[in-house]
Amino acid sequence: MSPRTLYDKLWDAHVVRAFADGSALIYIDRHLIHEVTSPQAFEGLRLAGRRPWRTDTIVATSDHNVPTVNRQSIEDPISRVQLETLAANCKALEITHYDLADPRQGIVHVIGPEQGLCLPGMTIVCGDSHTSTNGAFGALAFGIGTSEVEHCFATQTLVLHKARNLCVHIEGELGPGVTAKDIVLYVIGVIGTAGGTGFTIEFAGSAVRALSMEGRMTLCNMAIEAGARAGLVAVDQTTIDYLRGRPHAPQGTLWQAAETAWRDLRSDAGAVFDREVCIAAGDIPPQVTWGTSPEMVVPIDGCVPDPADEADPVRRQGMQRALEYMGLAAGTPMRAVNIDKVFIGSCTNSRIEDLRAAARVLDGRRVASSVRLALVVPGSGLVKQQAEAEGLHEIFIAAGFEWREPGCSMCLGMNPDQLAPGERCASTSNRNFEGRQGPRGRTHLLSPAMAAAAAVAGHFVDLRELA
Amino acid sequence: MQPFTRIEGLVAPLDRPNVDTDAIIPKQFLKSIRRSGFGPNLFDEWRYLDVGQPDADQSARVLNPDFVLNLPRYQGASVLLCRENFGCGSSREHAPWAIADFGIRALIAPSYADIFFSNCCKNGLLPVVLPADVVDELFRAVAATPGYRLTVDLTTSEVRTPEGQVHGFNFNPALRERLLQGLDDIGATLAYAADIRAYEERRRQEAPWLFGR
Ligand code: SF4
Repeated sequence: MSPRTLYDKLWDAHVVRAFADGSALIYIDRHLIHEVTSPQAFEGLRLAGRRPWRTDTIVATSDHNVPTVNRQSIEDPISRVQLETLAANCKALEITHYDLADPRQGIVHVIGPEQGLCLPGMTIVCGDSHTSTNGAFGALAFGIGTSEVEHCFATQTLVLHKARNLCVHIEGELGPGVTAKDIVLYVIGVIGTAGGTGFTIEFAGSAVRALSMEGRMTLCNMAIEAGARAGLVAVDQTTIDYLRGRPHAPQGTLWQAAETAWRDLRSDAGAVFDREVCIAAGDIPPQVTWGTSPEMVVPIDGCVPDPADEADPVRRQGMQRALEYMGLAAGTPMRAVNIDKVFIGSCTNSRIEDLRAAARVLDGRRVASSVRLALVVPGSGLVKQQAEAEGLHEIFIAAGFEWREPGCSMCLGMNPDQLAPGERCASTSNRNFEGRQGPRGRTHLLSPAMAAAAAVAGHFVDLRELA
Repeated sequence: MQPFTRIEGLVAPLDRPNVDTDAIIPKQFLKSIRRSGFGPNLFDEWRYLDVGQPDADQSARVLNPDFVLNLPRYQGASVLLCRENFGCGSSREHAPWAIADFGIRALIAPSYADIFFSNCCKNGLLPVVLPADVVDELFRAVAATPGYRLTVDLTTSEVRTPEGQVHGFNFNPALRERLLQGLDDIGATLAYAADIRAYEERRRQEAPWLFGR
């Protein structure tokens, strides 16, 4: 057999039937669901008189729409109905559901890996675009729409067209204060938010191999922000070590067999990619976004760019609109931009390592008095427990942060955690779209340590200058 | 699914690249557990000057007179002309639901985000891809010609202009067939149930850890 990419291998292993037009029926091993994109799929199933094909592959949690305080009674009646609908659907079909009372509840993309529900070599889907996060484990993981959720319920498969192969090599050592979040923002700045459209992105190179699983998840999480439906990292010792002993990971002789199979989950030497991008890790400075698309990103020591320097008229107009929306003037140094709120959380950066990085910056420091609200929202109940066992919550609280219950929270502001119109937020989430964190709110994306540093200063700061 | 064969309709231009699904249908409307009724909140933050809430009285909303879909000349549009990377961002199928509920039947753009594209096809909303220079030309024609209409024909895979120009577009044949006939995807897949079972049998031998919790 000719050399194959990791993506080729994952694809080939899941083809149930190939069709003449190049599409294929692909088997799905893990199906994660949440309250927002599943109700219409359950209803469709019911209306058609169908049953799920395999309920043991499905695991549900509530995350998008859950309050992060006072969770005993949910005030918003529409939100409550949505949460109750998920609970009722799971109960009726005997689907595992981590509800708000369960310490395993959390953001769907955080709990999957944490529970060992997402394993190398799997196909993993969820009605949420950031399902790409799980690609960090050498699994083919991607977001789907609600019709596809229903299709997957009913058939355990999806009809898909194979994407092309894109490899992003990141070689060398990262500079001080530079994290996986900076890498991925930098990559999106280089290839653009549509640069990965139609591709599966494999992240490779020594800088990627040096990352923890948390860091790799941050990378793959934002593959979708580069337009790719899925991101991938090859399996290595770091992957295996992370998974060993997880509640749903195989055990005993099954583990031995699985581990042997997983170790082959990497691109073969000589495998051909349709496109390759090479980046020197040492060239990546800490990043912060200035606009309303993740590709509108600059180094922390840079300035808000000038649309006049952009040759393409459509892009120039987009930049002008973004500046207007963000209330920024071209040429302003990013470090001179003041912030109103800070959000540390989301499926991009709410894992234990992210909280540790933020806490390291905050230890012995205080949030600036000009900052109206600083939130830490752990990705899951178990991340929260772990952080509390390490005393991180005390550091956050002493610094003036609020320590909340797990959920998506201000990443998208479906619950009461939102920006008010015009407010500016330093956020560790993944999308800075108009209105994302609240109507007319202004979002700047950055790493957890940078968000913590901004909270202390009241404006963006170059972490490297913080002694 | 509602089939798509051919429409002839008024064109509205949305002249922005990278229009994301948060803009198409803001998150507060995603609390609904229904599939319909999203049309009034399509592009909510651009269309209205006040902030929309899912349980609010729509008739009391303040329209943004400058937003393109509110201009009298584009009322009743069924074709939306868009820029590149349309529909980027979240996987929410509420986005095509809202567009279709508003009355749009076809989109024309140089490119779409992958998940959005596939979500459209599952809802009888046709996402046509035309080259960027052709789309540019259409934007100019729409701006210059009040009442500008296009024919979007999936039976021939063509967009036809009032001046008689014909722009052919590529569309995956299987997908095209499903849209033309409005087929139920799940029913079609279940015709291969025996293949799925055979795959599971084989896979259980190769990777037993994938079976059983
Ligand atoms: S944290 Fe944000 S991006 Fe992640 S799943 Fe929740 S809403 Fe989506």
